[in-house]
Amino acid sequence: MSSLMMEMGERAQTLGVPFTAHLDLTYRCNEKCVHCYLDHDDHGEMTTVEIKHLLKEMADAGVFILTFSGGEIFLRKDLFEILEYARELTFCIKLKTNAVLIREVQAARLRELAVDSIQVSIYSHRPEVHDAITKLPGSLKRSVNAIRFLKSQGLKVVMANVLMTENMQDYEGVQNLARELGADFTLDPTVSPMMDGDRSTVALNAGDAVLRKLFRDQGLVGNVEEFCSPPVATDEGVLDSLPCSAGHTACYVSPYGEFYPCVQFPLSCGNVRQQRFIDIWRDSPQLKEVRAIRLRDLSSCSKCAHGGSCTRCPGLAFLEGNMRGPSTADCEKSFARTGVPSVNLQNKMLAKEEKSFPERLVQIQLVPAIAGSRLSGMATASAL
Amino acid sequence: MTIETSSKTYVARSPRVAARMLGQEMLVMSGTDSTLFTLNPTATILWQAADGATPLHEIVERRICADFDVKPEEAMRDARALTEDLAQHGILLTSEQPLATASPAKEPTRP
Repeated sequence: MSSLMMEMGERAQTLGVPFTAHLDLTYRCNEKCVHCYLDHDDHGEMTTVEIKHLLKEMADAGVFILTFSGGEIFLRKDLFEILEYARELTFCIKLKTNAVLIREVQAARLRELAVDSIQVSIYSHRPEVHDAITKLPGSLKRSVNAIRFLKSQGLKVVMANVLMTENMQDYEGVQNLARELGADFTLDPTVSPMMDGDRSTVALNAGDAVLRKLFRDQGLVGNVEEFCSPPVATDEGVLDSLPCSAGHTACYVSPYGEFYPCVQFPLSCGNVRQQRFIDIWRDSPQLKEVRAIRLRDLSSCSKCAHGGSCTRCPGLAFLEGNMRGPSTADCEKSFARTGVPSVNLQNKMLAKEEKSFPERLVQIQLVPAIAGSRLSGMATASAL
Repeated sequence: MTIETSSKTYVARSPRVAARMLGQEMLVMSGTDSTLFTLNPTATILWQAADGATPLHEIVERRICADFDVKPEEAMRDARALTEDLAQHGILLTSEQPLATASPAKEPTRP
């Protein structure tokens, strides 16, 4: 991110402006990815008119960077009508798509509309791996063809590689493919729980050994020594810092109008079908609660050595049951990066040990009273 | 490429940019290379008035000199420099004839 963009983000924070927004146009999808966190049935998507009305409200509220995603956005027959209107409102538009439905004509239209960037999900450079994840035969070939069409129009394409057990050996192949196609490359080693709280997808996460390898890949992280250095002590300034931009300068709206702080933070703050966008942004009690949270308010993270450098996601913490709690996926990343377990991981390890060795009961016993002794009447604990 | 303007130059906002007011400043992103610019309040007035139908000297007289304590020739000189700079980056269009400000929504090709 450019320094000017960061400065604008900080200014938006000061002014209370929703500088970036993520709008999912549909949850329907032509791929059925094994790790997807969405329910793909249509439960009543916003109409074209409703979406245009929302876009106008977002522009009036100050949204500048607008990401359209899904589901697969190209399944919306009104997609280009929505994009045209969004460009009339001078948003900076970013798209997330599997690109399977993009041909030359769609790529040319995206160029005419001056779309800023298109992120395409690519799981592997090998069709048998990619297509097994998307469950759509031929999908890698179609997505790669689409990237070629987009690049031939001079558009900025980002290939997004979500890493999981199924494709954990393939990120270098995807990175090389991106280089060959002239696309940028981004890698996400986190598989999220489903939005309804079902955590079965989390089992697809690639695990500690893969994370360690990623974090020591200079091509991904830059200076490995610096990136993997042990955490420094958390100071007062860090304790007063904000956990992330969700709800502060960023927000998410679902295809059904539900307003969340972030796509990965399904805390309902209102619905744009019932309330104005700006009213939810300014007045939602849930958003106010999210905004009030500082690092010092987080139960275990405030005491953790990784507090100042952790990538803790408040949405993932929320999905674990407590938005003031830790996000274990990020604790695991901090551990893989530095070799230093977080407070949360230490607690989990301790709990696991106790579970594994039930005979190691912690026994509380009273020490016989000794006149004048400071131990008098106090309990001591001993592990037997 | 050098872009030269005169007081009779017509200026229009490029339909390929993204733009939004943030506080007192206009934030503009080039659609060509995603370069980000911030315009101060005076530049913002010029940007907002750049409708392709009003020549630069009229914008300066009516929108800048009327609101700011600045001599017309000085304001014109600054406005020309600013216009040339923004045109170099493709975020303003200039012409010696009136310009149609094409909205991306009005462009003909459809998928």
